[in-house]
Amino acid sequence: MSLLRVENLSIHFGGVQAIQDLDFAIDAGTIHSIIGPNGAGKTTLFNLITGLYRPSAGAIYLDDVQIAGKRPHDLARMGLSRTFQNLRIMMNMTAVENVMVGRHLHLNTNLLACMLRLPMIVRGDRAARKRCIELMDMVGLGADIDADAGTMPYGALKRLEIARALAAEPRLLLLDEPAAGLNERETKEIDDVIVAVARSGVTVVLVEHDMKLVMGISDHILVLDHGRKLAQGTPEEVRNNPAVVAAYLGNV
Amino acid sequence: MPPAFVELLQFLLSGVTSGAIYALVALGFALIYNASHVINFAQGEFVMLGGMVTWVLLSQGIDLPLAVLGAVGLTMLVGLLLEKLAIEPVRNANVVTLIIITIGAAIFLRGLTSVTLGKDLHALPAFSGNEPLDLMGATIMPQSLWILGTTALIVLLLHVFFNYTLLGKAILATSHNRLAARLMGINVNFVLLLSFGLSALLGAIAGILIAPITATHFEVGIMLGLKGFAAAILGGLGSGLGAIVGGLLLGIIESLGAGYISSDYKDAMAFVVILGVLFLMPSGLFGKRGTERV
Amino acid sequence: MADIRPSGYSKHRKKQTYTRRLGTRASPLQMLMSERVGGMLALLLVIAVLPLVLANNYQYDVAITIGINAIVVIGLNLLIGYAGQISLGHAGFFALGAYASAILTSRYGLHGALAMPLGALGVGLLAYIMARPILRLSGHYLAMATLGVGVIINIVISREAWLTGGPDGMYVPAMEVWGVELYGGQIWYWIVAAFLVLAIWISLNVIDSPVGRALRGLHGAEVAAEVAGVDTTRYKVMVFVLSAVMASVAGSLAAHFSEFVTPEKASFFHSILFVTMVVFGGMASTFGALVGAAVLTVLPQLLADFASYEHMILGLIMMTVMIFMPRGLVPTLSGLARRRGARR
Ligand SMILES: Nc1ncnc2c1ncn2[C@@H]1O[C@H](COP(=O)(O)OP(=O)(O)O)[C@@H](O)[C@H]1O
Ligand SMILES: [Mg+2]
Repeated sequence: MSLLRVENLSIHFGGVQAIQDLDFAIDAGTIHSIIGPNGAGKTTLFNLITGLYRPSAGAIYLDDVQIAGKRPHDLARMGLSRTFQNLRIMMNMTAVENVMVGRHLHLNTNLLACMLRLPMIVRGDRAARKRCIELMDMVGLGADIDADAGTMPYGALKRLEIARALAAEPRLLLLDEPAAGLNERETKEIDDVIVAVARSGVTVVLVEHDMKLVMGISDHILVLDHGRKLAQGTPEEVRNNPAVVAAYLGNV
Repeated sequence: MPPAFVELLQFLLSGVTSGAIYALVALGFALIYNASHVINFAQGEFVMLGGMVTWVLLSQGIDLPLAVLGAVGLTMLVGLLLEKLAIEPVRNANVVTLIIITIGAAIFLRGLTSVTLGKDLHALPAFSGNEPLDLMGATIMPQSLWILGTTALIVLLLHVFFNYTLLGKAILATSHNRLAARLMGINVNFVLLLSFGLSALLGAIAGILIAPITATHFEVGIMLGLKGFAAAILGGLGSGLGAIVGGLLLGIIESLGAGYISSDYKDAMAFVVILGVLFLMPSGLFGKRGTERV
Repeated sequence: MADIRPSGYSKHRKKQTYTRRLGTRASPLQMLMSERVGGMLALLLVIAVLPLVLANNYQYDVAITIGINAIVVIGLNLLIGYAGQISLGHAGFFALGAYASAILTSRYGLHGALAMPLGALGVGLLAYIMARPILRLSGHYLAMATLGVGVIINIVISREAWLTGGPDGMYVPAMEVWGVELYGGQIWYWIVAAFLVLAIWISLNVIDSPVGRALRGLHGAEVAAEVAGVDTTRYKVMVFVLSAVMASVAGSLAAHFSEFVTPEKASFFHSILFVTMVVFGGMASTFGALVGAAVLTVLPQLLADFASYEHMILGLIMMTVMIFMPRGLVPTLSGLARRRGARR
């Protein structure tokens, strides 16, 4: 059984058909990449899957449960987590606090308990902070724990997005261009993180332009163009697909 | 004519009259909002200044046309100064900060007026006398015709200005995309200044037109400003057509509500309506909709 | 999952920050410097010492008014400063609390200690019902809706004279506890101080908790918070209700202390004054809220000597502070202090 399944999915904005009649499925425990030129609809697809957009038509299933139209925070509870191509960092908080927001679902959020600062809140926060620091170490932000997010450089914020998304302990993690704007060494580090995450059992959906990274770590690739499926298959199959070569890889 | 119809007509006429005033104030809000994304809570004070300064000049024996010109000019000057001194230095501040600055300006202008011109209520003479005209059994004051006519003329002029003049188009361009406008060589600061000047002009005219009917006072700007804001929101912030429709609608609803439901709650009607509309249509009647980009 | 350490980036910098990293207990000195411990101690000290300085009833009145305003402003700061949602109508909730206490005690003979929580409950319920549709709005639309709520409350209070005494206001009987009449500044000073300390303590606790991070998170990046599992609507409603209840409680205190209530308490101007106190002291700063309330309560008293120039000067000050210190007094000044400290 596939973890995520998309059927006949479509969305349009005014006259723009951002996603058209799209079908695909993602198996648990794999790294699944989605590639395609700018404007192909990759981010829109993420927004549909995570409940930020409501599809014009079609269905999305997580474990065979229809999820299209559910609110994002409900989907988070079901195990979905993501990063954003255009950074969505809480600039009014410290780095570790950003990650701790990612841990929200695992914490006691009873208002009264928080108002009174009951011992269980203190304990929970201390444990959460510890866990979040581990995650920040893992993505290479060990030195920026208590830095104000607003003062951190772009590359660090990209990793912070990943740490925050991981803090939720998702089953399905969607990464939207995690390596965009990073240099080669940083890209390699992100690469390692993604592999480590996947090995720990999290299913990863990756949108990325860096073909070396994509071809190297993906189990499966879906190629989008103008909101439609152009091709799909293993990296090998996609690389050798004439349509892909012509439309996309050809002009890299 | 059946009396019920005459009564309705009477309510509608008075509703349209005050609605036209709200529309002028709302247009002022929309103008500034479009150019700067600032809600100018001092807009009501422009209305107050228009009326009060006209009264002072009249009481000095100056003729009405000249007094009106003087009041409009002075109010515009206040609008320009407000922009130059208080808005331009903090153009990119957050919404709350800007709201407080313009409210501070409003309080200052009210204070200044009460100190210099006093706290008394003053009625201006009607422009064309107080002989009511008959309209299918209902009556209408000549001043109402002045209000409706002037408002229509202003709307027409604004339409021409924004659609057929280079300057007007520059303002529109700036409201759509400030950066692009700057790249096109439009002087964005000038556009901002102009929008405050124009808003002050609209406010002053509204204040002068309404003063013979409701009298003027250093505090008239508070309610008129809030209702103009409500009208602008009702129509959808930044939409010119929305401001006009919102203003007229608000005036009519208020008048009908006061007539048929409760005159005690006349001032509350506008706010009840605006809450109802916002609950159903979070961007107002003509506001921009669409999926927020993520 | 954490078995793989990415190369390079953090290793060389890790040591120097390690002591503060694992959420280990802070040193006594660090605790003293923190808002929750140090700030609270300083506040208690000020509250304890202030009566030695207060010379007469008038000064007591001002101090009590500061405390009452601060309670409202601390709640409003949770809403505006931390959660990023504006309200231009909180004076309405303040007035509802005041009138609930006034009406329940004078017309229905309830004890003040019962009227206050009942009023708070009613206001909380009202805020809860309104919050959902209202907080779907954002920016100026939210400003308009909250403003509308405040204005409507103000008008209703002015018009329903049979219940509220109308524009002239109404008397509130003095509160009695065990036969002792609670009257005068010396008594109310301590009552209000207790409520103020409670408000500040709650505010500091909430901010530094999962709920507080959810609130700040939805302010900083709403979609990201939502995607992280924060039910942003629920939290906006929660903080709106909490701030409304705090305003209501403060209103009840004001009613019993001054033994008189007027519709002015619900006016648009009063709402604006509260918001100005938040921004003036510094958004997203609990002690900033207190400072804002203090400055803007004392200022008009000082300006009263200037009689008719009062409003002009108040308006000027509002504008200049916002232009030159848009972040507010406390964050600007503490930023300056920190920079000076760093230079040493
Ligand atoms: N909220 C929106 N409103 C209008 N158009 C949108 C919105 N989101 C995406 N689009 C359009 O959908 C298309 C696909 O965009 P996107 O998903 O961001 O592409 P990609 O991520 O593949 O580069 C583009 O034409 C974009 O302009
Ligand atoms: Mg994209």
